[in-house]
Amino acid sequence: MRTIRQVITVAVKDLRAELRTKEAINASLAFALVILLMFSFAFDPEADTTREISGGLLWIVFAFAGTLILNRSFAREVPNDCLDALIAAPVPGAVLFLGKAIANFVLVLAVELVSLPVFGVFYNVKWTQQFWELMGVMALATWGMTVIGTIFSALTVNIRLREVMLPMLTYPILVPALIGAMRLTAGLVMGKPIGGDDAAWLRMLIGFDVMYTVASLVLVETVLVG
Amino acid sequence: MSAVAVDGVWKYYGDYPALRDVRLEAPPGACLALIGRNGAGKTTLLRTIAGFSRPGRGKIRIFGKEPRDTEARRMMGFIGHGISVYDELSALENLKLYGKLYGLADPKKSAMEWLERTGLERVRNGLVREFSRGMRQRLAVARAFLHEPSVLLLDEPFTALDDRAIAVLQRLLREGLAAGKTIVMSTHQLREALELSTQVALLVRGKVAFDGPCTPEMVQDPGYVYARYGEG
Repeated sequence: MRTIRQVITVAVKDLRAELRTKEAINASLAFALVILLMFSFAFDPEADTTREISGGLLWIVFAFAGTLILNRSFAREVPNDCLDALIAAPVPGAVLFLGKAIANFVLVLAVELVSLPVFGVFYNVKWTQQFWELMGVMALATWGMTVIGTIFSALTVNIRLREVMLPMLTYPILVPALIGAMRLTAGLVMGKPIGGDDAAWLRMLIGFDVMYTVASLVLVETVLVG
Repeated sequence: MSAVAVDGVWKYYGDYPALRDVRLEAPPGACLALIGRNGAGKTTLLRTIAGFSRPGRGKIRIFGKEPRDTEARRMMGFIGHGISVYDELSALENLKLYGKLYGLADPKKSAMEWLERTGLERVRNGLVREFSRGMRQRLAVARAFLHEPSVLLLDEPFTALDDRAIAVLQRLLREGLAAGKTIVMSTHQLREALELSTQVALLVRGKVAFDGPCTPEMVQDPGYVYARYGEG
C-alpha cells in the first residue's frame, strides 16, 4: 500500500510541475498539430491511400511529439540537483520509475487525445467507429513508448546532448511497438474491428509492454546509481 | 557500532582514482569535518557515503547497513551543492513531497514545523522559483532535516549561505549534535566548521592524509591542519 502511495506521490509531483510550467506539453501539442496539418496538405484527404496510411502517419506524429515530453521526464530533476534527493529517499528506484512513467503516460495520452479529433477532420477519417478498441491500442502503444522513453530518459539524464540521444536510443527499440500500433490503428480508423492477423499484432503489443516494463523495473536502480 | 564507517574505499572515474583506500569512522554523535583542496575527493566521498554511486572497492556502512539499504537511507539527510527542491512547487508542497517519500506519519505537520523552524512559514504557499537565494537555502536545510535523520551528510553547507541561513544551519547542527546525531561535512569554511567539529579528516588527492580529533590549535588557526599534514 505504501509503495502505491509513493508511486502516486511521484506521479502527482511530475504532473503538477508540468502543468505549472507547461513547457513540454505545449511544445508537444504544438508539434503534433502542426505536423498533422502539414501532412494533410501533402496527401489528398479524399484518396483511399491516404486513409490506409493514416494509422502510420498518426503514430509517426505521436512518436515524435511523445519524445518531447519524455525528454523532460528526468531532465526536470537536473536543475537544483533534485535527482540526488529522490535517489537519497528511502524508496526503491522502481517506485520512482513507475511514478514518472505514469505521469509521462498521462501527458502523452492527453496530447494524443487532443490530436485525434484534429486528425479525423484533416484526413476525413471517422476514427470513432471502433472507439474503445482504438483507445485500447493507443493505451498499449503509448505505455510501451512511455516505458522505453522513461528508462532511457534516466539513462541519458547526465549526458550533454540528451535531447538528441533519447530519440536515437528509443526509436530503434520502439519499432516493433510502433509497427503493431500502426497496423492496428490503420484498420480501426477505417472501421474494421481487430481480428485475424491483427490479433497477433495486439498480442505482440501486450508482450512488448510486459517485457519492457519488467526489464525497466529490474534495471532502473542500476541505471540511477550504477 | 560506528554511525559511518568507510573501509578501504576506492572510487575511480575512468582510470583516475578519485578516492584511494579511504578509511574513516565516525561514532554516533560525532561531527566529522572533511577538509582538503578542490579536487581532493571530498564531494566524491560524501556522495559515495550517501549511496549516490557505489565504490569501486571497499565498503561503506551506515550504522552497519549498506548505504543503499532502505533503512540506511531513512537515517541519512543530505545537503549537496544544489538545493534539491522543485522551483515549480511551493515550499509546503516540496516538504510534503519529501515527507511522503520518507514515509512520515503526518507529512503536512512535519513540513509546517520545519517551515516555522527555518523562518519560512509566511511564504509556505509561495512557489520556490519566486524565493530569494537565502530563502531557497533555508528550504534546502528544512528538506534535509525534515525526516529527523540520525546521520547528516553536508557538502560545503556554508558556501553561498547568507548570514541568516548560516545562523539557522549552525543552530540546527548544534541542536542535532546535542541530540546525538552524527554529522559528516565537507567544507572550505574552516572556521564555521571547526567550531562544531569533534573530528577532522584531511583529504589529499583522494587519500586520507590526517584523521584525528579536532584540537584547540585547529580551531584557533584553521590553516593548521593544511600546514602540518597537507602539501603546503
